[in-house]
Amino acid sequence: MLLPSMVLIGIFVYGFIGRTGYVSMTDWNTLVRSDRFVGWDNYRFLFQDFRFQSDLRNTLFFTLLFIALTMFLGLTVARLVERKFPGEAFFRNVFIFPMALSFIVTGVVWQWILNPKTGINLLLERIGFDQTPDWFVSTRIIPAIPAGSIKFGLPLAVIAVVLAAVWQMAGFAMAMYLSGLRSISEDLREAARVDGATERQIFRLVILPQLKPITVSLVIVLAHVSLKIFDLIYAMTGPGAMFVTDVPGMYMFETTFRGNHYAQGAGIAMIMLVSIALFIVPYLFTQFRKEKI
Amino acid sequence: MADKPSWNLLLYVKLALFAAFFLMPVYVVLATSFKGVDEITLDRMWQLPSALNLSGYREAFAKLAPHLLNSILLAVPATVLSALLGSMNGYVLSKWQFKGSNLIFALMLFGMFIPYQSVLIPLIQFMQSIGLYNSIPGLVLVHVVYGLPICTLMFRNFYISIPKELLEAAQIDGNGFFGIYGRVILPLSISGFVVVCIWQFTSIWNEFLFAVTLTTQKQQPIMVALQNLSGSQIVHWNVQMAGALLAALPTVLIYIFLGRYFIQGLLAGSIKG
Repeated sequence: MLLPSMVLIGIFVYGFIGRTGYVSMTDWNTLVRSDRFVGWDNYRFLFQDFRFQSDLRNTLFFTLLFIALTMFLGLTVARLVERKFPGEAFFRNVFIFPMALSFIVTGVVWQWILNPKTGINLLLERIGFDQTPDWFVSTRIIPAIPAGSIKFGLPLAVIAVVLAAVWQMAGFAMAMYLSGLRSISEDLREAARVDGATERQIFRLVILPQLKPITVSLVIVLAHVSLKIFDLIYAMTGPGAMFVTDVPGMYMFETTFRGNHYAQGAGIAMIMLVSIALFIVPYLFTQFRKEKI
Repeated sequence: MADKPSWNLLLYVKLALFAAFFLMPVYVVLATSFKGVDEITLDRMWQLPSALNLSGYREAFAKLAPHLLNSILLAVPATVLSALLGSMNGYVLSKWQFKGSNLIFALMLFGMFIPYQSVLIPLIQFMQSIGLYNSIPGLVLVHVVYGLPICTLMFRNFYISIPKELLEAAQIDGNGFFGIYGRVILPLSISGFVVVCIWQFTSIWNEFLFAVTLTTQKQQPIMVALQNLSGSQIVHWNVQMAGALLAALPTVLIYIFLGRYFIQGLLAGSIKG
């Protein structure tokens, strides 16, 4: 009974990954298929490429901001709805509902909300801001340290995409933290209170450590979402001027299917895969060791 | 502490602020989609429409209806098939463990985390060679296969809580491998199926990468069609927002009516203890 699934996964996951790995070492960079082996040439090209270097920078900052803000917002709202009170279910549902949406829908809507000529900026002007942010149109990079062929730093445009992604995923972090918070027994807090701990100390010294396994899982899940991200960028901004909002998923798509650079596209895909496998494999391994799954 | 009114008020104020952030896009979508062409200037984004104008919805529906149908024809069979296969896998991996079954499970699970870009090029060649490229059945196959890891995981974790004694009793009654599955496991799986089906339907409905690379034009599912609608310069803004709402409606309705199961899926899908 298990066999058909094993064969399917064997071919569609491992077989195809192997094939992609091989394609990434050929010179198939035109419409005409080529199997000529060229070793690491495509990878060498990518790591010297302005666009790919930009992607690595953008992914780094996107991932850091996205994970930090999603978890912070998720935990904050989880703490607000932790106790049952009238309307608690309503708020809980409001915070999670973006998870039911597609990144495409999110991107289509947020590109208007963060469009510098309308959206949020209209509200900011109304409350007296003279200078409003350029959001995803901005090409500024702070600080712009020359590195390789790019300027290293946080591209401000990335912040706009992060906002939309956080909006979509914070409810997931909230749901995870909420299940954790509600499983911590009241006795534990009560004991800490009796010992004279303040509410802030209880949170920092009792509750946060209890939530650590959830925090670890969240970082893993959010990091892999972030490294794979494609649809949100595609729908909201595209690569952006000077590739300020470009990501490997976007580059892979465009160079493979618009530019017919199959080997380079395969190379990008393999780099994405390895970057995810680097932390997913140890994570799966420890989860199995702990008999957690 | 919860009894103090001032504390309560503060809580509601905080919650209202957060809720405003989460609901702001909903307001923009609703307000804009019901506006007529004359009202959709950029400077009036936050104003409510002066009258309910359905022209945006009419145009969006006319453009998106065939693709909504594609997505239904894609998501329903793919959901059912992957849930059935996942249920059988989960049954084997939880109740008939054998040497190496954990390794097989781990190898399957890894398939859940891979970036699909890393299988895309051979996948397209493969679909072309079996004649399923640019077809809904082709996409169904793809979503069934790549949905196997998550469905297997969810069912395995669900079945682990079914007590061994129940299986042993069924075995004594003369049931074999399939008998136990059909008479004991399946009838106990209804809520498991609801959770997995909701999760799969939502994921498949919302999926974009496979959809945009494996289909063209008439075969495209809804999310690709929505993206084309919004990427086009000549389509008015109210039509785009109406389109976004139409595309999101099925999964939002599921969330509104079956949110409890959706959240269970959300938590089950994230492999935690």
